[in-house]
This record gives sequence, structure tokens and C-alpha cells, in this order.
Amino acid sequence: MSVAITLDFVLRQGDFTLELRERVDARVVALFGPSGSGKTSVLEAIAGLRTPARGVIRIGPRTLYSSEDRVHVPPHERNVGYVPQDLALFPHMNVRRNILYGVGSSQDDGQATTLDQILSLLELHPLLNRQVGDLSGGERQRVALARALSTSPLLLVLDEPLTGLDRGLRARVLPYLERIRDELSTPMVYVSHDESEVRALADWVVELDGGRASRSGPELGRS
Amino acid sequence: MTGVVLEIAWRTVSMAALATLVMLPPGIALAWVLARRRFPGRALLETLVSLPLVMPPVATGLMLVWLFGRRGPAGGLLARLGTDVLFTWRAIVIAMAVMGLPLLVRAARAGFEQVDRRYEEIAATLGASPVRVFLTISLPLAKRGVLAGALLGFSRALGEFGATIMVAGALPSTRTIAVAIYSYTETGQDAAAAIMLAVSASIAFGALFLSNRVAAT
Repeated sequence: MSVAITLDFVLRQGDFTLELRERVDARVVALFGPSGSGKTSVLEAIAGLRTPARGVIRIGPRTLYSSEDRVHVPPHERNVGYVPQDLALFPHMNVRRNILYGVGSSQDDGQATTLDQILSLLELHPLLNRQVGDLSGGERQRVALARALSTSPLLLVLDEPLTGLDRGLRARVLPYLERIRDELSTPMVYVSHDESEVRALADWVVELDGGRASRSGPELGRS
Repeated sequence: MTGVVLEIAWRTVSMAALATLVMLPPGIALAWVLARRRFPGRALLETLVSLPLVMPPVATGLMLVWLFGRRGPAGGLLARLGTDVLFTWRAIVIAMAVMGLPLLVRAARAGFEQVDRRYEEIAATLGASPVRVFLTISLPLAKRGVLAGALLGFSRALGEFGATIMVAGALPSTRTIAVAIYSYTETGQDAAAAIMLAVSASIAFGALFLSNRVAAT
């Protein structure tokens, strides 16, 4: 099921200006482009960790930011599941406490089943009592995904979820992302500079270059 | 003699412990604010907090005498509630807390500064309110700095002399180890002074040793 995603805003960071004018209906939007093109900043603006200079950020019916209507929902009320590139698993908590961290604070009733579904989907049951420091790269990735999904987020934003994993591990984590898309139907905005990944997951691709969308469409352009 | 030594040692340690408890809430709050917030007057606040570290303790003591004297702003208020501060155990606790606070704030602040903001941000995206982020992420991750700071503040409180003698005097009921060493020496009771010195050195050694252990782990 696709969702209307509006990313129409201007964000300034020092000398760098990011300007997007996207209104798309999609399940998975990929932000594709070289490093320094502003991909991570887009995700942080959606998660509420950066404030745009002006514009609108809307996911489905929910307005997260609108300079015109003076709406700026704080990060803890946005319900956007953010998996940053460094994952940022809480080092002082084990896997279970990491994954359950957000569960207390969201308002969804059907959570018990969803959470169990997430744990099964990402094959995390055997890892629950492990310490975060003892996990392999692929395991850390799955824990971070589960933690972000545990609050039944409106939208999942992922920053290069497969970067840093070797080829074999990528091939094993990618299907988990496909399952999240297909079985949980959580919409995603997803940063990558890997073409095969984008082809496998995204149904809309925004190519970023120097803070602007150089191309936007249902498929990756030939460059 | 033993009775008096034990009484003074116990008074010193328990007052220092109480002073540490008193300085922890404002100390942690100040440390967090200085580590995480940018606001006008921040440099001023930073300087004010560190002031007791560089001012003569006796001068800090005099300020406390004005503040907590019966005609002082804080002392007057407490006097109307029927509580005297100067020359009581309360004065000892206040002097110790004020003198220990800068050390606590410095170490705790360094602890908070070392916490990766990323964790706090991600906790917020998971729905945690700022208070919950502080209690479940920032504070536990800064634990070592806070603990080391508390032990440093405690150690400072144990040895506090200048401010204490100004606000609490050298009465038998308010004498701490440091004050006792001074008055025994003044009155020629060298043996008693030497015993107090040994007690003081052992307690200080223990506190510092523990503090270094905490900082190293």
C-alpha cells in the first residue's frame, strides 16, 4: 500500500543548502546520490532532528512540519523510525532492552502481536539476551531495524542500511528489508548509493546531487 | 580521647556524605546544562560555579555567613521558620556542599560531554520525552563522570576547613577533623592533633583511591 509523502522544504547547514520539491505516492522511496549530496540531512529533517528553513514535510495525512502553518512536531512525537548509518544501538542495554526501548512510549494497542511478528520476521528471538557489543554487523543491523519498527512507526527512514556489510551479509539482510516492506507494509524512505539495492527495494527514486533532486521517478536513471 | 576522636571522625564523614547528597541534584543539573545547552549567560554561570574553587575558602565562608546569618536573605527566612543555620551541623553541610560542588560539576560535565548525542537523538525518535532521554540515556551513560565527581566532591568536603570554620566555628558540637587539627595545634595538644591527622589521612586516602578506581574502570 503506497503512502503520500511530501518532502517540499529548504534546509540550510552552513554554506550548504538543500532544496527538495517532492510529492510522491510510494511504498519505498530511495534517495540516491553521491556522498555530500544531502541524503542524510533529508532523513534527519523527516525524523525531526533538523529544522528546515521553510517548507512542508507530510507523511500520509500527518503533517510533521509546515512553516506556513507553524507546525513543528518534536522528534519524540513524530513516530518516525530512524535507523542511522552508525545504528546507535544503546551500549548500556542488551538486545531486548534496546528493542523494547520505544514500546512503552507509543500508543498502539495491537503492539504485542506486532512486536512478536517483528522479532520473528527479523529472526531475533535467539539474540534477545545478548549484549549489543557482542553482535556481528548483520545482527546489529537487524536489532536496529527491530528497535525502529517496535513503535509501529508511521514511516521508517533508513540511512544506508547495507553499507558496511560485506557482499554475503548484504544478500542476507536485503530480504529482511523486503519482508518489512511486504509483510509489515511500513513505508520507507531509504538512502543508498548502491544501484542493485535501490532496484530491489524502491518503487520511487529521487536522485540527489549538490542538495537538489537531479532526477525523480519510479526507476533509477541511467547515468 | 578515643570517644572524642570517633565522634569527630563520624561527624566529618557523615556531614560530608550528607553534603554530597545535597550537592548531587543541583550539581548534575548544572553539569548537564553546561554540557548540553547554549544560552546567554552560560559563561557567567560556568564562572560562578567554579568560583569557590579559586576563591579563598574563608572568603566563600564569609559570603555564606552573610547569606545564612539571621539577618541574611536565606538565614532570615529560615530563622522565621525556627531553624538556625550558623554554628550548627547545617552550616557544616552547606559549607561542604558549596566547596565540593565545583569539583562535582566539572567531572559530571565531562561525563555528559562524552555521551554521543546520537543516542539521545535516537531515543527521542523512539518516542522518549526529554526527561526520559535524560534518565535512561544521558545519565546512565555519564554515570562514571557523575560518580567520580561525587567522590571528588565528597573528598573535598572531608577536608573542608576555611568555609566551615567561618560558618560553624570550632565548637565541640561542630568540630570536623580539619577544624579539630587546627584547634588542637593552637592549644598545644599535639598528640591529639597527630591522631586527627592520621584519621584524616586514612579517610582521604580511601576516598581518593575509590575515586581513581571509578574513573579508571
